[in-house]
Amino acid sequence: MNEMIVVQDLVKNYGEFCAVNHISFTVPEGKIFGFLGPNGAGKTTTIKMLTTVLDPTSGAIRVNGHDPAHDQKQVRRSFGIVFQDPSLDDELTAFENMDLHGILYGVPHGERRKRIDLLVDFVGLGDRKKDFVKTFSGGMKRRLEVARALLHNPRILFLDEPTIGLDPQTRNHIWSYIQQLSKEEGVTVFFTTHYMDEADRVASDVAVIDHGKIVAQGAPGELKERTKCATLEDAFIALTGHAIREEEATSADRMRMMGRVWRGAGRR
Amino acid sequence: MKAIYILCLRQLKRYVRSPARIIGSLGQPILFLVALGFGFRSMFARAGGGNYLNFLAPGIISMAILFNAVFSGIEIIWDRQFGFLKETLVAPVSRLEIVLGRTLGGAIVAMAQGAVVFVICLVFGFRLERSLLLPAAIVFMFLIALLFTAIGTAIGSVLEDMQGFPLIMNFLVMPLFFFSGALFPATGLPKALQFALRLNPLTYGVDGLRGSFSNSFAMGMTTDFVVLTVLTAILLSIGSYLFSKIQL
Repeated sequence: MNEMIVVQDLVKNYGEFCAVNHISFTVPEGKIFGFLGPNGAGKTTTIKMLTTVLDPTSGAIRVNGHDPAHDQKQVRRSFGIVFQDPSLDDELTAFENMDLHGILYGVPHGERRKRIDLLVDFVGLGDRKKDFVKTFSGGMKRRLEVARALLHNPRILFLDEPTIGLDPQTRNHIWSYIQQLSKEEGVTVFFTTHYMDEADRVASDVAVIDHGKIVAQGAPGELKERTKCATLEDAFIALTGHAIREEEATSADRMRMMGRVWRGAGRR
Repeated sequence: MKAIYILCLRQLKRYVRSPARIIGSLGQPILFLVALGFGFRSMFARAGGGNYLNFLAPGIISMAILFNAVFSGIEIIWDRQFGFLKETLVAPVSRLEIVLGRTLGGAIVAMAQGAVVFVICLVFGFRLERSLLLPAAIVFMFLIALLFTAIGTAIGSVLEDMQGFPLIMNFLVMPLFFFSGALFPATGLPKALQFALRLNPLTYGVDGLRGSFSNSFAMGMTTDFVVLTVLTAILLSIGSYLFSKIQL
């Protein structure tokens, strides 16, 4: 079996602070791989390095056989991603967001139209295609982002906390589709989540990262056995401890506040 | 190429769809046009400067382009904060294409805004010379728009949030506007100020535009054109370089 993602001895330092500390793992093709860890453990930093938007301090990465630091285009063509934060253009319609994505990824016109219709219908937004994204709820935006990430037929799907803030219906819907995708089309899925029940249900393998280091790796069942816990959540806490993690408010959070004040007043 | 086109188109769509922004950014040029244009008209004429409104209008059009261009460039910060930037950065297109698309779109938006202000100036009594060089005027409007959108892009690539925005407005954009010859002629100014005007890229834009409307250039059409073109090329390169260094 092909190794879709190979990470060896990966390190990312921000000055003195070590966000990712010598981690190694591999994800075989067609697997659903859960990357779990408390807030600030280094999950998003790792995803950023895997998806070419952040340079590692040291270590080696292969995504679909390419190095994100050098063969950026090949790597970028290989994956679709749903980011932790929204990344749609609110001032465009759902269709326009999809279409823009298709053009950026060089999907030919006819196929683009077909796949947009197919995917938008699939995530239950078929009748909202022509509506502005700013009129969408959080769950609808998330669903649209999943549809968009799949538009160019990626080999790998990165999902950074894809179900955060979604109701159980939407979560189940999204996961069942992703599982189906993985089974039928062999798409490799790399996801992070805080919902351990989700990870337990869908992931064939998980890695637990804490303070930038991988503290455990294996099938969810193995981790439960090793920690002698009944649920993955208990196993997770046994592995990472009870301490609550501090995460700094980013400038992005502050900006969003300002943006609401600014734009809200100006546009409505 | 398609990436450049679609990102440019996106900027235009966003512009057309926010009438609040279109109308809002007309407020300042109209205020300057009316307050200064009518306030100083008789004084300017008595001093032998001729029709002040005709002198001022190209300056006000340049101002509208300047403000909108810098703002369009700086919009990168919004896109960064609201997430859309990530979508473009992970796409299999070069950063240069992204920058060119954005900058071109921003420049066209700024130019459109300049055209609206041009019409408003006509309404308020701006009179064109019979010998006006309309194609030249359009070229100069575009160069001003492109140059300052590129500056905005460069700034937007370096800043992480809007905290620095007042700083840029008060220490860059406003001085660029006030010391560009938009409001008063350079002749008779203290030497230091004259020198500052010479260093200001907008001076060449204002002169080019004013010259095109009246067919009389203070610094010569070729000088204006060459200075603006070279500076635009340099700043586009700087903007593209800084944009290509963005990490998330």
